[in-house]
Amino acid sequence: MQATGTANLERSGNGVAASGDWTLADAPRIAALVARMRSALPAQARVDARGIGRLDTAGARLLLDLAGSDRIDGLDANRRALLDAVARVGSAPEPAPPRDGSLVALLARTGAAVEQVGRDAWQLVGFIGLALATLARCVPDPRRWRPTSLAFHLEQTGLDAVPIVVLLNFLVGAVVAFLGATVLKDFGATIYTIELIGYSFLREFGVLLTAILIAGRSGSAFTAQIGSMKSREEIDAIRTLGLDPVEVLVLPRLLALLIAMPLLTVLAMLAGIVGGGMVAALSMDISPTLFVTRLHDLGAVKHFWVGMSKAPLFAFLIACIGCLEGFKVSGSAESVGTHTTSSVVQSIFVAILVDALAAIFYMEIHV
Amino acid sequence: MNPRPPQTVIEVRALRNQFGAQVVHDNLDLDIRRGEIVGVVGGSGSGKSVLLRSIIGLNRPAAGSVRLLGVEMTTASDAQRAQVEQRCGVLFQNGALFSSLSVADNVMVPMREHFRLPPELMQRFAALKIALAGLPENAGAKYPAELSGGMVKRAALARAIALDPDILFLDEPTAGLDPIGAAAFDQLILTLRESLGLTVFLITHDLDTLYTICDRVAVLSQKRVLVCDTLDKVERYDDAWVQEYFQGPRGRSAELAAHKAQTAHAAAPGGA
Repeated sequence: MQATGTANLERSGNGVAASGDWTLADAPRIAALVARMRSALPAQARVDARGIGRLDTAGARLLLDLAGSDRIDGLDANRRALLDAVARVGSAPEPAPPRDGSLVALLARTGAAVEQVGRDAWQLVGFIGLALATLARCVPDPRRWRPTSLAFHLEQTGLDAVPIVVLLNFLVGAVVAFLGATVLKDFGATIYTIELIGYSFLREFGVLLTAILIAGRSGSAFTAQIGSMKSREEIDAIRTLGLDPVEVLVLPRLLALLIAMPLLTVLAMLAGIVGGGMVAALSMDISPTLFVTRLHDLGAVKHFWVGMSKAPLFAFLIACIGCLEGFKVSGSAESVGTHTTSSVVQSIFVAILVDALAAIFYMEIHV
Repeated sequence: MNPRPPQTVIEVRALRNQFGAQVVHDNLDLDIRRGEIVGVVGGSGSGKSVLLRSIIGLNRPAAGSVRLLGVEMTTASDAQRAQVEQRCGVLFQNGALFSSLSVADNVMVPMREHFRLPPELMQRFAALKIALAGLPENAGAKYPAELSGGMVKRAALARAIALDPDILFLDEPTAGLDPIGAAAFDQLILTLRESLGLTVFLITHDLDTLYTICDRVAVLSQKRVLVCDTLDKVERYDDAWVQEYFQGPRGRSAELAAHKAQTAHAAAPGGA
């Protein structure tokens, strides 16, 4: 066995003697040695490699930097084979594409992003149309209903979401009541906390908080489910079996969300009002009876329907965005992640945007 | 040719693996010596992949011992285990390349984790490994999603040999490759074995691979290694499954092809 130790290069007569371990672990030092020695070496100098202990591909590569394979002596057959294998293949790394960090690049990226937003919006409109057309085709035909799939998604998106929706709305209701009580106390109008709770939860918070939760919970799940099916070619399989992926995958999810979302919204409104009512009863001495009576005088039913009218709309948009982003997945697992993020961001953005438009609309028609 | 005495690098003794009530391996013994290419064959569900996972420590056996490069893996400390793992390269069945990294970055992951190397040097070594695995120069900048099936296997092989491992584990390396690509992959493994002095543990269904590159073949059947020997001895082993495997129409034609290739090889001296 040859001697081992740290790698070294020494001038010996006309050539160079290499010794020690030429391995990856010591590569930076060896590379420096080789670079220093090469500049001082005559063109036809030979390298004596007899003293080398361990040699791996990295060491072989660096040895070849010193001299060509035919000018290295003292290698046994195995090492000669290693050296030849390394010498045969090149090892020049592909130059990295130059990064353009200029203002033009910034503008180009901004432009590309804006164009992408426009294209996404256009695609979403197209997909909504496709979903509606498929819905219209399937609803009159009972043979194409998929009750099992629908029930499964109802459970996933509806029933399983009840605890988190109720808890979150209950807590927000309590917080709003506290805020109201603090601000209104200065005017001696703490009793109006009831109006504050009623208005906000029936018209806005109940449905909006539910939409945001569902976008995060179910919209993302739709994207991930369909996306991973897409990346494993299951969508293509569905097509080749003569089935329509929109009918098989999108409609059950869409219908499930259309049914589940209004039901969840009712629970959300109730939870928010109960949360507010509890704070009112405990810290402001407003009795539950008084709370309910004032809520009734408020015309709560009208506000309830204003809030409820938005639930199916949000459900439809969240389901469409979630499914569409799933279909956009291509190839890798990373793509599933990117599109899931995009799905949640878009859903929440669209829900808040539509909510704002609806608020203006109802204000203008004096409801 | 090889000056070192034959040394056992993988030593499996009385291995037992079970999942719930289902026993996959029972009293399984296997020895693999330095520098040889051992092919592991067996029917679907005979536990080939489980054996591989047990040897490299991804799966904790219910009983028995696994010595890898002289270290008892079932009782080794984390540090010892990490040291041994550094000396093993694994090519998983579907490549298992990191999809968020380019091929070159994939190859550089183990280098970056275990050694402090300047980036330019690391890139050169990565390019070397990519070239050794038989990929074109421009493959390094590509992402796994942009590669064909055969290229994914080669890229995964480049990552597996990134640290010049002593042992290379291959899980069905030629599955899903076209015959030309599969034959080229076989030759690549032979070349790497010659030049890097690798020991190769190879799971395969590909009879051509068995006949072309394996020194010995281990047959996994009846929850243990039924026989582990050179091909001509395994072929004659008296067991119904083994006979059907090697004497079936596919086995016969692969043998014939290998025989033909050998005679052609012998008739053309000078071809290394």
